[in-house]
Amino acid sequence: MTGKFLTMVLAVLIFVAVVGVILFIASRAERRSGKGVALMFLLPTAVMLGIGLLYPAGRTILQSFYDAAGTSFIGLGNYETIFTSSDQLVVLRNTALWVLVTPFVATAIGLLYAILVDGARGEAAAKALIFLPMSISFVAASIIWKFIYAYRPDQPGVEQIGLLNQLLVWLGGTPQQWLVSAPLNTLFLIVVMIWIQAGFAMTILSASIKAIPEDVIEAARLDGVNAFGMFRFVTLPSIRPSVVVVLTTIAIGTLKVFDVVRTMTGGQFDTSVVANEFYSQSFRSDNQGLGAALAVLLFILVIPIVVYNVRQMRASEAR
Amino acid sequence: MSTTTPQLDLTPEERASLAKMSTTGRAAANAKKRLTSPWASFFAVVLAVLWTIPTFGLLLTSFRPELLIKTTGWWTIFTNPELTFANYQTVLSTEGSAGLGNYFVNSFVIVIPSVLIPICLATLAAYAFAWIDFRGRNFLFVLVFALQIVPIQVTLLPLLTLYVDAGLAGTFWPIWLSHSAFALPLAIFLLHNFMKEIPRELIEAARMDGAGHVKILFGVLLPLMKPALAAFAIFQFLWVWNDLLVALTFAGGGTDVAPIIVGLANLSGTRDTAWHLLSAGAFVSMIVPVVVFLSLQRYFVRGLLAGGLKG
Repeated sequence: MTGKFLTMVLAVLIFVAVVGVILFIASRAERRSGKGVALMFLLPTAVMLGIGLLYPAGRTILQSFYDAAGTSFIGLGNYETIFTSSDQLVVLRNTALWVLVTPFVATAIGLLYAILVDGARGEAAAKALIFLPMSISFVAASIIWKFIYAYRPDQPGVEQIGLLNQLLVWLGGTPQQWLVSAPLNTLFLIVVMIWIQAGFAMTILSASIKAIPEDVIEAARLDGVNAFGMFRFVTLPSIRPSVVVVLTTIAIGTLKVFDVVRTMTGGQFDTSVVANEFYSQSFRSDNQGLGAALAVLLFILVIPIVVYNVRQMRASEAR
Repeated sequence: MSTTTPQLDLTPEERASLAKMSTTGRAAANAKKRLTSPWASFFAVVLAVLWTIPTFGLLLTSFRPELLIKTTGWWTIFTNPELTFANYQTVLSTEGSAGLGNYFVNSFVIVIPSVLIPICLATLAAYAFAWIDFRGRNFLFVLVFALQIVPIQVTLLPLLTLYVDAGLAGTFWPIWLSHSAFALPLAIFLLHNFMKEIPRELIEAARMDGAGHVKILFGVLLPLMKPALAAFAIFQFLWVWNDLLVALTFAGGGTDVAPIIVGLANLSGTRDTAWHLLSAGAFVSMIVPVVVFLSLQRYFVRGLLAGGLKG
């Protein structure tokens, strides 16, 4: 215990010493020109990003053209596997379902809630309730929901301990194993992500709703616009750029979802997604080639979403 | 709210009270809107309850005896209120397969350097990008900005090989270094945006006084940067504390260096139906981020709004 904290203090001290040396050299270089200072200030970042991001990413891209052991070159073989083997096609289908459903539902709920509580009494507390799931880990969130879905065999004398099955029993149905039958089980996992992300959507959108100029709202009100018209013609057009940012951010986060799938089902029962499959192939099945190809695929899938986001931002700035 | 008639004969106090009146007027109008739409309140309450019940149910469960949890639902607590701290004692201990105590300590050891290192390095880099002219500055900045979108999955396997070759496997270093490297692009971007907003005159004035870059950074900029630094620090704290992927890859499952989230994930994998342990364990893992979040919410939200788009 104390040993660990000593290690930590030592690490921080080493780091402080390094930064101290950099600052010292930089202040000496100052006399000649600003360039030396820039070099010193950027050096640690360049080293970190070079070794920690650029080099490994390059290695992974190369690795994705090699076989499971990483020894013989097989061209696009791994990518072929991803798009042809039946297991991997299920993974792709699930990932598509995640990315299509989560951002829209989470954003819609976040927006609805932001409008409902806007200016109400206790607005801050009401928002904190929805936002709280943002601050906990995906693993804890998954455990919370796994308990909601908990199933006990349907026998006399056995009570349900999961809320969802209990509700079903109260309504006269029979309890279900929610996480076992595909493809519905993926939707039950998606619920967890929506529950986490709605708070993020609400926070961003609430801030942009509050930024709508008062006189615009006033003018619409004087024109006798009703609540729905207000949303359709005043609120929505004003916050459109924020909606795009929220949608794309949640989409990117959803694309990389791994903790939820791993904790809820471990990827069994046809629930795996690309990010989870990457982990299992790389570290469980020891298929480094396929794992690398899945990681690269994740990278490729993120790019169009980011490009769209940047384009929309440019467009809204130009207006 | 703009009044068209100039109020020239007003004292500042009167003006303030007028302004206050107009905001209370707005609140009153809002309240009226509220009252005229009971449906809005109803839906808001329904959503709030839906969002809270899952956590609330597990929280109650964590205080119930094991046998009751296994045989009855948590909603029976109101008719049969039997409470215990035994579950928390089990998960907080440093012994046994269900003891998460060691992991909990590891989380602190992991999170502190993982927040400090990227903040310091990013501050230096952001300053260079914002206030020093050098060739290729824009190109480099765009490159760093673009690195934000690289999914960390793309880096994990080669990094693991690097760490093993360097003999760092099984220590805290791989986790510290990885989290620091992954955080840099976002941190530099956020801090750079903030630095750019600081008036040029301030920097020029300090230059006139003969201050160098190092002095300006520490004397002029850092005191003004506090909100931005706090926003990023909270962001990174929650990110590192709640991370599973990086920790799982570089810390394995051992109690030596693995953080609480890995401990919890292992527990969930091996003791799938031990709800008395899973519930208490989940709340032990949540307590720190929730406290941090609730006490520093303002900064966190500010960080989000400034474009903290990590994931």
